[in-house]
Amino acid sequence: MLADYSILLIGAILVNNFVLVQFLGLCPFMGVSNKLETAMGMSMATTFVLTLASACSHLTYYLLLEPLGLEYLRTISFILVIAVVVQFTEMVVRKSSPLLHRVLGVYLPLITTNCAVLGVALLNINKDHSFLQALFYGFGAALGFSLVLILFAAMRERLAVADVPEPFRGAAIGMVTAGLMSLAFMGFAGLV
Amino acid sequence: MALMRVSSPHAHGSYSTGMVMRQVLLATLPGVFMLTLFFGFGTLINVAWACLVGIAFESLALFLRGRSLTFYLKDCSALVTCVLLGIALPPYAPWWLIAVGVAAAILMAKQLYGGLGYNPFNPAMVGYVVLLISFPVQMTAWAPPRGLADVPNLWEALQACFLPAQFDGVTMATPLDILRQNQGLLMEDLWAQTPQFGRWAGIGWEWVNLAFLAGGLWLLYRRIFTWHAPVAMLASLTLMSALFYAGGSSSSGGSPLFHLLSGATMFGAFFIVTDPVSSAVSVRGRLVFGALIGVLVYLIRVWGNYPDAVAFAVLIANFAAPFIDHYTQPRVYGHGKSGGTG
Repeated sequence: MLADYSILLIGAILVNNFVLVQFLGLCPFMGVSNKLETAMGMSMATTFVLTLASACSHLTYYLLLEPLGLEYLRTISFILVIAVVVQFTEMVVRKSSPLLHRVLGVYLPLITTNCAVLGVALLNINKDHSFLQALFYGFGAALGFSLVLILFAAMRERLAVADVPEPFRGAAIGMVTAGLMSLAFMGFAGLV
Repeated sequence: MALMRVSSPHAHGSYSTGMVMRQVLLATLPGVFMLTLFFGFGTLINVAWACLVGIAFESLALFLRGRSLTFYLKDCSALVTCVLLGIALPPYAPWWLIAVGVAAAILMAKQLYGGLGYNPFNPAMVGYVVLLISFPVQMTAWAPPRGLADVPNLWEALQACFLPAQFDGVTMATPLDILRQNQGLLMEDLWAQTPQFGRWAGIGWEWVNLAFLAGGLWLLYRRIFTWHAPVAMLASLTLMSALFYAGGSSSSGGSPLFHLLSGATMFGAFFIVTDPVSSAVSVRGRLVFGALIGVLVYLIRVWGNYPDAVAFAVLIANFAAPFIDHYTQPRVYGHGKSGGTG
């Protein structure tokens, strides 16, 4: 039981890392990784939203869509659920903790467009996860996303001062680095 | 030309980059000798051909960037990358395989980032991993050690490298492969059944690893690098293999000694992990960096798809190195722990 969940978690964090192995959530991965602090803020916000959205979309599918025979509407309804969760989180955080809101504020709306969030919601349905499994899968995906984003941000701070040839400066060398990191993560294949 | 203002200390370092690199090259000699002794001329041809191609690629990149050829070639960093890659590749690899690996190492992992000193990943290991993922069949074909099969002579070895159609080389699973694919055999039976195992690890492999250990210790004595990263890596690998040893049972991950003397352990610990550019910089950072590699090597060797994991473990740790450095910055003298003056 416990082993099953830890395997699910490790699988989502390392072996099937959402960014480096499944290539989801690349936009914030490239966009918010220029500085370590912002990457950390983004990671915290994404972890919170992804876990919550994964659970909420699971409930939406099994309590609403399936009984009504509306499974074909899942993509559009998940997008709606994610947008609602993001908006709800923003409102709660703003009222309850102004400090946290100042740290996460800018990144919260950005998460709506993070395809990893939608990806997790849809994969939960494809893999027939139970509610608890969906919760863990979402949390694992978010941890994997955060890990890679933070490590990448630390590396990009170093790349910013490297003597990179003119045509490869900026996003180009970022892409090359992401590719090499993806190669490295292939080493985890078969671990679970 | 503006005068460069240099801050203190005004002491002159006794080693230049070129000298350090040449000592590293010298220190690989015992390992290369053992590889040649046990597996034939394959490794020597790998190294020579890799160096030839590597210098060509390095010159091309320097020419394209309008840099001084002699200045940058003289630091021998390209040679070190190529020699390390040549050692890591299986003997009797076809020439094009080596050329692709060297191109990935020199052009992609090193020159795209601005050359020596800027590369975030170890170039030789990038070359190795690119090849392992792209050409798994050629990359996992290790020749059997001397004593288990005839070792090709120099002429046959050259043919194997440059005229692949004429040579049908014999290959054999390495001890790490065998242990990884062990299905329910007790260690004792597996050991007795498989001729590739030697006294502690694999025939040939134990001596190759001891030779690299000797070269590494010499570098340590010459103060080319500090002990932190290699010792941390070997210690964490030993700890992991001791924790999951499980004695002689069929699910055993292999004894600590087996892991220390198998595959690329010593080569990785003293020649790859110690790369000053792509590893963590601070003292505590190097300890964390080395320990991370040791743990990853064991994880991937025993539970992953790839029987030797040093290259992957090093790349993953390289990826984490800037982050490790960020959190292990040494305290500035005269400042308190919180960073303020105290």
